[in-house]
Amino acid sequence: MTDAVDAEEIRHVADLARLDLADDEVGEFVDQFGAILEHFEQLEEVPEVDADPDLVNVMRPDEVEESLTQAEALANAEETEDGRFKGPNVS
Amino acid sequence: MNLNAFITETDIEGEAGGPLDGTTVAVKDNISTEGVPTTCGSRMLEDYEAPYDATVVERLTEAGGTIVGKANMDEFGMGTTTETSYFGPTKNPVDEERVPGGSSGGSAAAVAAGEADVALGSDTGGSVRAPAAFCGVVGIKPTYGLVSRYGLVAYANSLEQIGPIAPTVEEAAELLDVIAGPDPRDGTTRDEGADSDYAGAAEGDVDGLTVGVPRELVEGADDRVVERFEASLDDLRAQGGETVEVDLPSCEYAVAAYYVIAMSEASSNLARFDGVRYGNSGGFDGNWNETFAAARSEGFGDEVKRRILLGTYALSAGYHDKYYKQAQEARSWVKQDFDEAFEDVDVLASPTMPVLPPKLGESLDDPVQMYLADANTTPANLANLPAISVPAGEADGLPVGLQFVGPKFGEETIVNAAAAVEEHGN
Repeated sequence: MTDAVDAEEIRHVADLARLDLADDEVGEFVDQFGAILEHFEQLEEVPEVDADPDLVNVMRPDEVEESLTQAEALANAEETEDGRFKGPNVS
Repeated sequence: MNLNAFITETDIEGEAGGPLDGTTVAVKDNISTEGVPTTCGSRMLEDYEAPYDATVVERLTEAGGTIVGKANMDEFGMGTTTETSYFGPTKNPVDEERVPGGSSGGSAAAVAAGEADVALGSDTGGSVRAPAAFCGVVGIKPTYGLVSRYGLVAYANSLEQIGPIAPTVEEAAELLDVIAGPDPRDGTTRDEGADSDYAGAAEGDVDGLTVGVPRELVEGADDRVVERFEASLDDLRAQGGETVEVDLPSCEYAVAAYYVIAMSEASSNLARFDGVRYGNSGGFDGNWNETFAAARSEGFGDEVKRRILLGTYALSAGYHDKYYKQAQEARSWVKQDFDEAFEDVDVLASPTMPVLPPKLGESLDDPVQMYLADANTTPANLANLPAISVPAGEADGLPVGLQFVGPKFGEETIVNAAAAVEEHGN
């Protein structure tokens, strides 16, 4: 049985992902997500696999190296103030 | 004829005297190139100019390559047709009513049309191989860790690799030689690509080579594609290769596993686009969350929103085990299946794409159908393995690509096998 995703859930997830959706977008995503999640549900049939993790941590000393200048780092920001990024109010 | 292969045309000259001296290169527009726009095909980054070069761009220009343009692509690499680009679709130079494949569609179209000698794309679930197949050129997805991702704008970083696109196997391998090798700026790179000679492996000597053919990757394909694929296998056998059927039952789950993992990683990676440090700004009125949401809703297109939402959903409490954890199990299973197959065969062969290039506008309305077009390419990304798409003739006047997947760091093997198909293709 598919988890039917309703408009309320889409709006909740959109809120978590910081996306504003118009009402018609919500309607479209409700329909499409039903079909996509139904396809994903076949993953429930996948057996447990006994795999050795082949990941290792790669460490190096933390050394100061050449990097972007402050001006270069700020160059793509819409607004800056006193050499810093400017953002909206936090509250 | 304007294919819309480039988002930005450039003239960045390389150093004289290297192996790519005199070679023109198209670079996918999600690969950072200092001082020119790097848009990722998105309105979000329409005005973004990268302040530094990706490692592969440094290596290209040091080798003498001239970068002639930043190539069009599906927005943030999310698509299989290059139709999700904010800058409009790229046309397939073989048939301008059809898509070039994606997401590196601009790169493949530029090479196929001669607008660049060679190109770089990136391949997260087939994004180098799909457009190579649809445009009738060669594309390589390297083993994970062979090529530095430093400066590649991340979509799903556990899956993606930058890879070459070229008219011939040897030229693709030569470009791979230039970009491969360890990079201290990407901790996932490995030493295997240092001092490589993949171009030298393009001999097409398949005498005694064992080619496995996974039933699961042939059965679902269009009959016209299968016919060309079978003809190429006949050619390989005539050259002394042996073909054997193999079973990769895990591959039935590859598309679902790939999309769950890619979307989950995308939802996290694309959280950085808030319009403050770079990208489309949401302004400075209202609070933090409202302005970020405004910036993102305006800057991202439908497919990107779809993947961010689904990824957020798949990782959310109550659904994580059902989707994300199961997708990781499937990924382990795919790896294990390939490992077992390579105990008996040297390479695996399948059609690259199960379909011929669709017409522009046909694919976007049904996301599940579009995702299923990646059935044969996603397994190599899940298993971190090298894969190549090589032209295997035409059906109804449209290119068909054959894919070889090799064992980990087996680039020489797939390059050699692909050269044998290329010589006998028509």
